[in-house]
Amino acid sequence: MTDQASKPETKATETDRGYWTANVRIIAVCLVIWAIVSFGFGILLRPLLAGISVGGTDLGFWFAQQGSILVFLALIFFYAWRMNKLDREYGVDEG
Amino acid sequence: MDQYTLNLLVVGATFALYIGIAIWARAGSTSEFYAASRGVHPVTNGMATAADWMSAASFISMAGLIAFGGYGASSFLMGWTGGYVLLALLLAPYLRKFGKFTVPEFIGDRFYSPTARMVAVLCLVVASVTYVIGQMTGVGVAFSRFLEVSNTTGLLIGAGVVFLYAVLGGMKGITYTQVAQYCVLITAYTIPAVFISLQLTGNPVPGLGLFGNHVSGEPLLARLDQVVTDLGFKQYTAQDGTPSSVINMTLFTFSLMIGTAGLPHVIIRFFTVPKVADARWSAGWALVFIALLYLTAPAVGGMARLNLIDTIYPNGTQSEPIDYEARPDWVRNWEVTGLLKFEDKNGDGKIQWYDDGSEDFAATARERGWTGSELAVNRDILVLANPEIARLPGWVIALVAAGGLAAALSTAAGLLLAISGAVSHDLIKGQINPDISEKGELLAARLAMAATICVATYLGLNPPGFAAQTVALAFGIAAASLFPVLMMGIFSTRINNRGAVAGMLTGLLFTVIYIFLHKGWFFIPGTNQFPDTISGSLLGIQSTAIGSVGAVLNFAVAYFVSKASEDTPREIKELVESVRVPRGAGAAVDH
Repeated sequence: MTDQASKPETKATETDRGYWTANVRIIAVCLVIWAIVSFGFGILLRPLLAGISVGGTDLGFWFAQQGSILVFLALIFFYAWRMNKLDREYGVDEG
Repeated sequence: MDQYTLNLLVVGATFALYIGIAIWARAGSTSEFYAASRGVHPVTNGMATAADWMSAASFISMAGLIAFGGYGASSFLMGWTGGYVLLALLLAPYLRKFGKFTVPEFIGDRFYSPTARMVAVLCLVVASVTYVIGQMTGVGVAFSRFLEVSNTTGLLIGAGVVFLYAVLGGMKGITYTQVAQYCVLITAYTIPAVFISLQLTGNPVPGLGLFGNHVSGEPLLARLDQVVTDLGFKQYTAQDGTPSSVINMTLFTFSLMIGTAGLPHVIIRFFTVPKVADARWSAGWALVFIALLYLTAPAVGGMARLNLIDTIYPNGTQSEPIDYEARPDWVRNWEVTGLLKFEDKNGDGKIQWYDDGSEDFAATARERGWTGSELAVNRDILVLANPEIARLPGWVIALVAAGGLAAALSTAAGLLLAISGAVSHDLIKGQINPDISEKGELLAARLAMAATICVATYLGLNPPGFAAQTVALAFGIAAASLFPVLMMGIFSTRINNRGAVAGMLTGLLFTVIYIFLHKGWFFIPGTNQFPDTISGSLLGIQSTAIGSVGAVLNFAVAYFVSKASEDTPREIKELVESVRVPRGAGAAVDH
C-alpha cells in the first residue's frame, strides 16, 4: 500500500490513519487465531494433538467438527466489541 | 390423522405464514426493495442471513455427507462457518459504509470502471443462477416425497410462493419471511436431533451427546469407529494423513470459506442494517444462528450412521443382519423413491451392508458368505429419513418436510434478489438506461425477478444433469473472482481498474477452465481431460478445491498489473479512506 502523503484537501486525517492501523492490527491477530483453530488444529496439526483425547476421539477431531465454530463465534463478537470501542476512542463512531 | 394430512397441514400453515408476512411487508421504493430501507435490526438481520445462507444443501445434504464421510467431511463445517469471520472482519462493515445496493456497484465505483462492474455482474449471475437451480430441484424433491404430488406440481407450487413474497416484498418482504423460515427450519432440524441424542446418549444436547457416552457406557464415537470398521468401512474419526489428502482438505476448506464471504446474496444482507457497527454485530448474530444448526449437524450425521447400522444389524455387527422381509417401514417408504435400493446378491434374504470396495475386508466378507454390499443408500435421504429411523411421531416428520422447504425457499429468494438487483440496478440503470425513474427501476427489478424465477423453475424442472456439480462452480467463482477484488478494494488504495479487471478475469477463467477440464466442458459428461480425483487431476488438486488457487492468482495478477500501470486517482483514494471509517455512514446512504 503506497498511500500518498495527506494533502490539506484530503479528507482522511492522521486520526483516521491511526484508526485504520489499529484496526488492521486487530484483524491480523483475529485471523491468525482463525487460521490456527481451523487449518491448524483441525487439519494440519491434528496428528500433534492425537494424544489429547476428547469424548472417544482426539482434540483435533473436536476442533474440526465443533471447536473451530465456537472459536469463530468468539472472534466475531470480540471484533465487533473491540471495534466499536475503537470507533469511540478515535471519535469516528456514527454517534 | 394420517401422515399425508399432517404433512399437508404443517407445510400449508408455514406457506400461509410466509405469504401473510409478504403482504404485510410490501416494498414501495427501490431502497425498500434492494435494502429494506436499511432499517433492519442486527439480530433480525442475523437470523435472516442465516436462513438466506443455509440452503437445502445445509439442511438436507450436509449431515448425510458427514455421516458417510466422517472426519473428512469436516471441511463443510469449518468452511461454511469460517467464511463469516472473513465477512465480518474484511468485508461487511466497509461495504455497508459504502452504502450502495449491489456488489457490482461497489466494484464499478471503487475501480472506476464500467467494465469491472459488468465482469462482476457476469460472475454474480453465473454463481447465483447455478445455485438457484439446486434449490429449485430440492423443492421439487421435498414436495414429491412428502406431499405425494408430482415433482412438477411441487416445483410450481414452490415457485408460486417464492414469486408472491419475493416480487411483492423485495428485500423487505424477504427479510421478514426469512426470519420465519429460520424459525421453522431450526425447529425442524433440532427436534429430531434432540430425540435421537436422548435415545442414544441420554443427553438432550446433540452436540454434547456426540462427544458423550453411548447408553451402553462406551464413548459414542468409539462405538461408531468400532461398528463401521467391523463392516470394512474406513474409521469414522480417522484422518487420511497422506500429504496430498491433507493439502486438498486444506484448500477445499479455504475455498468454501472465501467462497462464502464472496457470495453476493449473503453480502447484500449486510446493506440492510442501519449502521456500520450493526453490520459487525449482525455478522456475529448470523453465525450464532448458523452455528445452532452447524453444531448439531455433526451429531445428526454420526448418530444417524450408528442408528442405520443398528437397524440393519440389530444384534451387533458380528451377528447376522436383519431379513429383508422384516425391514422397517421407513426402508419400504424410501425404496419407493429409488433413493434406497436392496439387491439380494447372495440370495440369503438378509440385508448385508458393508464396504465391498475395501480390500482388507474382502477376506472377512468371503468368510461370512457375503458376495457384495446389498444396500445402496443415497446420502441425501438421511436427514429426511432420520425421524422415521428413530421412530419419532408423525408431526416431527411433517415438521422436517416444512423445514427442508423453508431452507430451500429462503435461499432461493435471497439469490433471486441478488440476481434481480444486478440486472435492474447494474445492467439497466447503470449501463443501458441511466435516466430510468425510481418507479421504472422498481418495475424493472420486479420483472427481472419474475424472469429469473421462470428460468430457475424451467431449469429445476429440466435439471441440466449437472446441478450438483455446479455448486463447485458457484463457490469457485465467488472465491476466485469476487472475494479478492472486494478485499483489495478496501485494504489497498493502490489496486487500480486494470489490476481489478485483469485479476477478476484471471481468477474466473483459471477456475472455470480447471473445473471444466475435470468435470467436462460445460459439464457435458465424457468431455473432461482429467479424472476428478486427487491423484489423477492436473495439479493434484480436486476441482472443488481449486477456487483457493484461483483466488491467489487473482490477488497476484491484480497486484502486479496495478504496480505496472498508473496509480489510482485522488478521488478513489479518498473513497477508500472514507469507506474505512464508520463516521458518516448515514450520509452515504442512497443516491
